[in-house]
Amino acid sequence: MVASARILPLELTGVVARAFGKQLLGPVDLTIGATGLTVVMGPNGAGKTTLLRVMHGLRRISAGTVVWSVDEAVARRKQAFVFQSPIMMRRRVIDSIAFPLILHGVDKRSAKQQAKDWAIRVGLGHVLHDWAPMISGGEKQKLAVARALICEPEILFLDEPCANLDGRSTREIETVLKQAELAGIRIIMATHNLGQARRLASDVIFVHGGKILETTPADTFFDTPRTPQAKAFIQGDIVE
Amino acid sequence: MDSISSGLLDAFALILTLDSDLVEIVLLSLRVTVTAVAIAALIGLPFGAWLVVNRFRFRRYTISVLNALMGLPPVVVGLFVYLMLSRSGPFGVLGLLFTPTAMIIAQVIIVMPLIASIAHQTIRDLWAEYHDLLISLNASRAQRIKVLLWDGRRALITAVLAGFGRAIGEVGAIMIVGGNIDHSTRVLTTSIALETSKGNFAFAMGLGIILITLAIAVNLAIHSISRTERASTW
Amino acid sequence: MKRPPKYWRAAIVALFIATNAQAAEIKVAVTTSFYNSGLSDILLPVIRDDLDLDVQLIVVGTGQALRLGRAGDVDAILVHSRKAEDAFLAGDFGTHRREIMYNDFVFIGPSADPATLSEATSASDAMQRIKTTESSFASRGDDSGTHKKELSLWGAAGVSEEDLSTGWYHAVGAGMGATLNVASGMDAYVLSDRASWLNFGNKGGLALLYAGDPTLFNQYAYIPVNPLRHSHVKKELALALEEWLVGPKAEDLISNYRINGELLFTFNAVRN
Repeated sequence: MVASARILPLELTGVVARAFGKQLLGPVDLTIGATGLTVVMGPNGAGKTTLLRVMHGLRRISAGTVVWSVDEAVARRKQAFVFQSPIMMRRRVIDSIAFPLILHGVDKRSAKQQAKDWAIRVGLGHVLHDWAPMISGGEKQKLAVARALICEPEILFLDEPCANLDGRSTREIETVLKQAELAGIRIIMATHNLGQARRLASDVIFVHGGKILETTPADTFFDTPRTPQAKAFIQGDIVE
Repeated sequence: MDSISSGLLDAFALILTLDSDLVEIVLLSLRVTVTAVAIAALIGLPFGAWLVVNRFRFRRYTISVLNALMGLPPVVVGLFVYLMLSRSGPFGVLGLLFTPTAMIIAQVIIVMPLIASIAHQTIRDLWAEYHDLLISLNASRAQRIKVLLWDGRRALITAVLAGFGRAIGEVGAIMIVGGNIDHSTRVLTTSIALETSKGNFAFAMGLGIILITLAIAVNLAIHSISRTERASTW
Repeated sequence: MKRPPKYWRAAIVALFIATNAQAAEIKVAVTTSFYNSGLSDILLPVIRDDLDLDVQLIVVGTGQALRLGRAGDVDAILVHSRKAEDAFLAGDFGTHRREIMYNDFVFIGPSADPATLSEATSASDAMQRIKTTESSFASRGDDSGTHKKELSLWGAAGVSEEDLSTGWYHAVGAGMGATLNVASGMDAYVLSDRASWLNFGNKGGLALLYAGDPTLFNQYAYIPVNPLRHSHVKKELALALEEWLVGPKAEDLISNYRINGELLFTFNAVRN
């Protein structure tokens, strides 16, 4: 399923991210291994989004390094990102999903056929020719996931993808993500939803105050969290 | 008020009889303006988009200058083009003065900043929406421009039509570089100017009504064409 | 003053043009006063038939016509401002001037005639009456032949430039038609060439109040642009046109040209 030149592991060393004088993240040292579904957890404002964007290259860092196992130009093409608020292009659903393929030179007919398959796979078969900005929130996010997966990335970042969705849409998307994980795609997902984390995570990165406080396998994290902040968070307390 | 009503009658008479001079003038007006707007759009639309996605040192100044050029007085442009194309000027050997080509050149200069500026402003908003996605997908600069231009085409059509409106009603520049020569470079606006100066107000008004009708017809045609391509109420 | 070429040479040229399949074309800058007379509408089709020549008229003020001639953007000019023509020739921008015809300037003004121009005895008298009553006066103000004529008449009437910079004198800065429009709108006096006045469509409350003084005569002259300055000008065609303009058919058409029954031009070209 995945190409031979693996872009992982990814190494973050001494990474610091700033904006408007404030330090959002760091310093952070982190290794992202080749397998699994990692959930990045933490209270709002902890720096989860910043961490994801730094890893994907959407945010510049003020210090430290972000190093993939291959040349950065190669690594850029093997990643995908699903945003918290799905970015819808002013096109039909099928054209939106096909867009990344066409962007990378795949011929239109083949791209549209693959887009159709993916749309059906995520449950968008009935809105194939609808105008993307007009479909429901859940459908939009499913479109975003399909659009992200259609290029067969090696790593998929998701920033709180189900934050604004109902239960049914959440379940449908989680199903797709689990299938993707089985297919060998590395998944890094930010969420503050404990239930979702328990359902999906193979390991957890706990972020608080711009720093990574814990990186542990999932069971360990939920059963025996080490830090008091993680403990409080799991218990459902407000963590500042 | 009298001039307007007799002007309407004159206009109807000309249209009904398909007066050959009128047809010639109208066709030349359209030829000059449509050509100028097409060229200006071909340059201005991508340029406007390029200014959005490209970060360079003097970008802010360039955008300010572009916006300012929208207010270029057409007669000044006409004078400039005349000096360029005059036999005593740098491009005199081309022999373009007093031809429709000179008129097209002048109108391209007038209309291009307008189209580019409007395009820039509308595409800037679209870029704010698409920014993260296009960067995440590694779209090249050229690809970004292409996507923004295509997805933003509704608003860009408005920009082009604004350019058309400016050009079809322009008279100062094309009077100087075209010379308003009968059967050669005479168009609707210069005819109106001529008839007005002769004191033939009614007739000039009639031509004015024809000009306005023409502009409305073109706008309606463009809007109806673009509507059939859309799937929803965008 | 150089001698104009013989008629026979131009006749051969005309024959040469006539035998060509496609009509040749020539650009001539003429003044708005000339164009507004409507005479060109009569002459141009006949020229096309006789000489197979498409005369493209660029209608501008005298000043602009002279500039176009200087720049070589036209092949010949037809203007009516002796001083400016002499300066043009002195600068070697034209080869020679050929007088074709003349018409006259007339004083136009509101029919109520507050300056009692209808009782004027001369052009100078008319101008003095306007000045002393400080009646509204619209001037071309555009350095045209008409404008220069007007200024020379003010001078001859003893009115200085300072006198003209007071509120009753309005320099429009436009062609004859536009200036007449302003005069009509303001109920002002204006000096116009007779042809433009007769053809003017928006007379309103204006009327012709004084004419006839010989100083008001307005001579039109044709000047081919100097090919030594601008090698691309169509010198044979310009000469052919000149010969036609002083020829018998032109004389007939010009001498019999009327507006509302009134004769406009007096043909005074000298043929060889």
